[in-house]
Amino acid sequence: MAKHEIHEQKKLFDPAIVNRAVVDALKKLDPRLLYKNPVMFVVEIGAALTTIAWIRDLAGMSHGDALFAGLITAWLWFTVLFATFAEAMAEGRGKAQADALRKTKTETMAKKIEKGGTTSVVNATMLRKGDVVLIEAGDIVPGDGDAIEGIASVDESAITGESAPVIRESGGDRCAVTGGTRVISDWLKVKITSNPGETFIDRMISLVEGAARQKTPNEIALTILLAGMTIIFLIAVVALFFFGQYLSTTISVVVLISLLVCLIPTTIGGLLSAIGIAGIDRVLQRNVLAMSGRAVEAAGDVNTLLLDKTGTITIGNRMATEFIPAPDITKEYLAQIVHLSSLADETPEGRSIVTLARDIVKELPADFIAAEKTFIPFSAQTRMSGVDVKHIGTDGSRAIRKGAVDAIEKISGRSGIPDNLQQAVTRIATSGGTPLAVAEDGKVLGIIHLKDVVKQGMRARFDQLRAMGIKTVMITGDNPLTAKAIAGEAGVDDFLAEATPETKMALIRKEQASGKLVAMTGDGTNDAPALAQADVGVAMNTGTMAAKEAANMVDLDSNPTKLIEVVEIGKQLLMTRGALTTFSIANDVAKYFAIIPAMFMAAFPELAALNIMNLHSPQSAILSAVIFNALIIIALVPLALKGIKYRPLGAAAVLRRNIVIYGLGGVIIPFIGIKAIDIIVSACGI
Amino acid sequence: MPCSTRKNSDMTTNAFLQLFAYLVILVLITKPMGVYLTKVFRGENTFLTSIFGWLERLIYRLCGIDPTSEMKWTTYSGAMLVFSAVTALVLYAMMRLQQFLPWNPQGLGAVAPDLSFGTAMSFTTNTNWQAYSGETTMSYFTQMAGLAFHNFASAAVGIAVAVALVRGLVRSSVQTIGNFWVDLVRCTLYLLIPLSILTGIIFMASGMIQNLAPYVTATTLEGAKQTIAMGPVASQEAIKILGTNGGGFFNANSAHPFENPTAITNFLQVIMIFSIGTGLTYMFGRMSKDTKQGWAVWGAMTFLFLAGLVTCYVSEQSGNPNFDKLGITSLASATQPGGNMEGKEVRYGITQSTLFATVTTDASCGAVNSMHESFTPIGGMVPLFNIMIGEVIFGGVGAGLYGMMIFVILSVFIAGLMVGRTPEYLGKKIESKEVKLSMIALLSMALCMLGFSAWAVVNPVALKSLANNGPHGLSEILYAFVSATGNNGSAFAGLNANTQFFNITQGLSELIGRFFVIVPILAIAGSMAKKTAIAPSAGTFLTNTPLFSALLIMVILIVAGLTFFPALSLGPILEHLVMQNGKLF
Repeated sequence: MAKHEIHEQKKLFDPAIVNRAVVDALKKLDPRLLYKNPVMFVVEIGAALTTIAWIRDLAGMSHGDALFAGLITAWLWFTVLFATFAEAMAEGRGKAQADALRKTKTETMAKKIEKGGTTSVVNATMLRKGDVVLIEAGDIVPGDGDAIEGIASVDESAITGESAPVIRESGGDRCAVTGGTRVISDWLKVKITSNPGETFIDRMISLVEGAARQKTPNEIALTILLAGMTIIFLIAVVALFFFGQYLSTTISVVVLISLLVCLIPTTIGGLLSAIGIAGIDRVLQRNVLAMSGRAVEAAGDVNTLLLDKTGTITIGNRMATEFIPAPDITKEYLAQIVHLSSLADETPEGRSIVTLARDIVKELPADFIAAEKTFIPFSAQTRMSGVDVKHIGTDGSRAIRKGAVDAIEKISGRSGIPDNLQQAVTRIATSGGTPLAVAEDGKVLGIIHLKDVVKQGMRARFDQLRAMGIKTVMITGDNPLTAKAIAGEAGVDDFLAEATPETKMALIRKEQASGKLVAMTGDGTNDAPALAQADVGVAMNTGTMAAKEAANMVDLDSNPTKLIEVVEIGKQLLMTRGALTTFSIANDVAKYFAIIPAMFMAAFPELAALNIMNLHSPQSAILSAVIFNALIIIALVPLALKGIKYRPLGAAAVLRRNIVIYGLGGVIIPFIGIKAIDIIVSACGI
Repeated sequence: MPCSTRKNSDMTTNAFLQLFAYLVILVLITKPMGVYLTKVFRGENTFLTSIFGWLERLIYRLCGIDPTSEMKWTTYSGAMLVFSAVTALVLYAMMRLQQFLPWNPQGLGAVAPDLSFGTAMSFTTNTNWQAYSGETTMSYFTQMAGLAFHNFASAAVGIAVAVALVRGLVRSSVQTIGNFWVDLVRCTLYLLIPLSILTGIIFMASGMIQNLAPYVTATTLEGAKQTIAMGPVASQEAIKILGTNGGGFFNANSAHPFENPTAITNFLQVIMIFSIGTGLTYMFGRMSKDTKQGWAVWGAMTFLFLAGLVTCYVSEQSGNPNFDKLGITSLASATQPGGNMEGKEVRYGITQSTLFATVTTDASCGAVNSMHESFTPIGGMVPLFNIMIGEVIFGGVGAGLYGMMIFVILSVFIAGLMVGRTPEYLGKKIESKEVKLSMIALLSMALCMLGFSAWAVVNPVALKSLANNGPHGLSEILYAFVSATGNNGSAFAGLNANTQFFNITQGLSELIGRFFVIVPILAIAGSMAKKTAIAPSAGTFLTNTPLFSALLIMVILIVAGLTFFPALSLGPILEHLVMQNGKLF
């Protein structure tokens, strides 16, 4: 599949993105921006205070060690910088995509159709909701709208990355056109549905750029937790200063701030917003446009997944899997007749019948091929199609018909359908298939079994979803019997048969009333209310504007299976946050053992017993802890951007695994890291 | 512990058997207590309804309470605050005016204003810190009508709040969390009074005194005059222990032979301190329709209890290494129990003393049968640490469970994210509101414990109260504010807390430590009650497993532990390390 350049998979540390991120990271040091991140804001204030202390030491205004204060100051600034860099990196990928999108927003002229029917050329920015424009081959679509007249092929690669053109036509579910795309043949009259600045591309740009980014509910809760813990540690550190005074030890500002910065959860505080942005970015890399971070987060929480049968669970077309001949007919003859009847049938079903017939009889007999054939196309009135065959040298012609069983039964007159075929019809219907009858001159020859084929690997996918605690519900317009059979074959948990927009809506409401979050996909205008009601609604890009506006995600590839991937990304997002929070807090244990003895060893040599890492000197111990604290942020940037490894397991297994890696690992790793840094620092002679 | 070349004592068989027996009894009483509590707070009839039912109905009629109408969390909090404020004022007035009131055979005068404030706060908040000696300050009337009333009332308030929280957690899509007045009345009538009567009778049978007689003057063998204080001890004692109040009738508290005559009464006391707390965990499980939820919380509590107990016991049994250098052995042998016996009653020995110290501080009780100050530094750190983590190990009646729920919420929130879902507890999402309220409660406690201590250690007026200096002095001050904020009420001793500074700062700590926790807790109850519970699925983070108990323990140790580690390292830990080097304070 040829993809547009903006959707290219970029390497995690693409040099262009890194360079830009470094500049952005410096800009983000502005306290007016940083205050939104309470943890890093505290670090910045601390860094500013140690800078002052360092300058005083340099100027000889105090008795501190200027080199030590200088090094601590530098590393505190690095700590803040690493955090802003992480955020800038996460945004960088989106910004690169936004730039590419902006290029498509070049000056466009529109042929506006005035009330009187005259056409005038205006700048696209002048168009308002309700205006009607004419778009001809070669024109760029000036704005979002619905086709009200005409049919045209449109190149939508600017937004979807898919180079194959799509058909847009007035009426129906394929009427939506998007600004920035190009009509490559024929023409369309389009009614504009959005004002300039509010178009789909504008929304896309602000979304990928993060301009419209708001903190998600879970992110807010986590920020509160982190801010609370920061205050608690601030109290602990300030109190420690006074306890030191009582014991006749004055702790310097530099050391106190070092302890504070090491204790407050800087790792998660520094990476929190990067994790969120990277989550939206990962969704975008799957070519899904999430309208908000909230939607991605909600995807991780989904309890019930509504999946359309056609296209999502089944490959969308029914296929012939079996021919059942009448008692006096051979299988080979039936295959020949069936083959003949479907020669002109270009539908996927028709082609599958030909394919199956060829498996039974390689070629049609020569006289069949030579015969004069008049094809009768399928009509909704007769509900059958067929062929009239006039063999060379004969007068009469044979009427071969293929169609719905009851329609064929009607033309079969008194002979009707033989018992064995009747049984076959019942069997096929109960198994969820569609029986087609074939008759020659009113005599029923046999039955074709058309079957809905479930996509490969769907059962395993549903098993995984079940393991994650997500219930899958298949939505289909089929009758309950058929629906049940396919649901059983695909392995979904439940199904909704004979679905209408109303029943779909009722189902969503019922699930939500019991506290569950519901995700669904849809494309038609009548899906719009359900898409809006669902907690996660993914609209297909091929769908109508109404559907796209109601949904909180748009799949540019229009692949309904994508919903499952979005759910996985949402889960991964939450897991990454939890893992890094746990890691960050667990880290504190080692830092205490580095800093507390260092603070008081001079006054109370006995506290050296707490120096279990056997760090070189009080200064190297504090410096090592601060350096570790800064480096761990940068070391975890790739993890924050990629997300932690996701496995579709049950909650208990995932939790056990992550507690061992990030909880236990979080306790142990800093002991090793701080010790290693201490060896290097002391080797450098500090 | 590092530095020591000396072998720490192992647990003696005798000690092991005593502690094992304690644990068995704790397990055995949990379920019956929990089942009974469930009945009481669901408003069902109990076997006591036939005895007290008429009284319950009479109280409702007299006070105009409609027992069927339930309250939103705001109304519930309002009722609780009004009740606490009014009863605190009455107690204050009673102390100031006790010379005019009956039952004052010793003619004790008015209690000083600052001490009255401190004491009123202390008893209203179930702290029962006593900056005074009961026998020389409080008349019988003040003790019985004032202090004993609060022993019941403050305990009932604590239990009511815990029950309201449990209702909030287990209910789905409702606004109300119960009726405060009904909870208060039923708790007192069906739980506290009957159990106190039963316990009081056992205590009296064991030799505890119960009279309103004037003090007895005796002549000792040396011919000196000795005044022996009397009083209605057994009735006070029962609720002191049961309601985790801990305010002793006598200054010596449960070390006094009239207040704790035998090893049997001592053992009974440590059981009774935990009895309601352990029952509440089972009630929680039962009300949430999954008793494993209760046992998971119980498991975390029991682990922390045993860890503290063993640390304390081993440290005390090991004694002070400096005695070795003087040629005195403190190891247990056939002829002596060994260990650090300073400040301990020989009637109870190290096992019953460390058990009592651990239990009383786990549970916010504050009764003591030995002087915590005289413990070895590490032995003394255990009670201090137990209070610092918020007394969530069974805890003060009610307070232990609701305090633990703050850590449960944090654990669920921190680790729950790791399963890839918005964290849930009992099927309900933990969102920013619950996190915010939990943090307010935690912050208030940390601020009081550390903030007031930091102020006190650099305040020359406060420092005059100190009997010791160096790290031990720091422990004394820390203990005072930790005990007040945690509403424990036990004292480390060595600190003269009956000064204006301590009466007022401690009173404030008690107030903040109580109500800045309770009100957020009730707000959490209200917020959780409104949420819709979702049935658990394979993707749900299970909170009824040993893994969750382990996680909860980790979060408590890291979040609460790290808050206080700097302070502890300069107090008891430093003192311990210095002691190993031969220096004492």
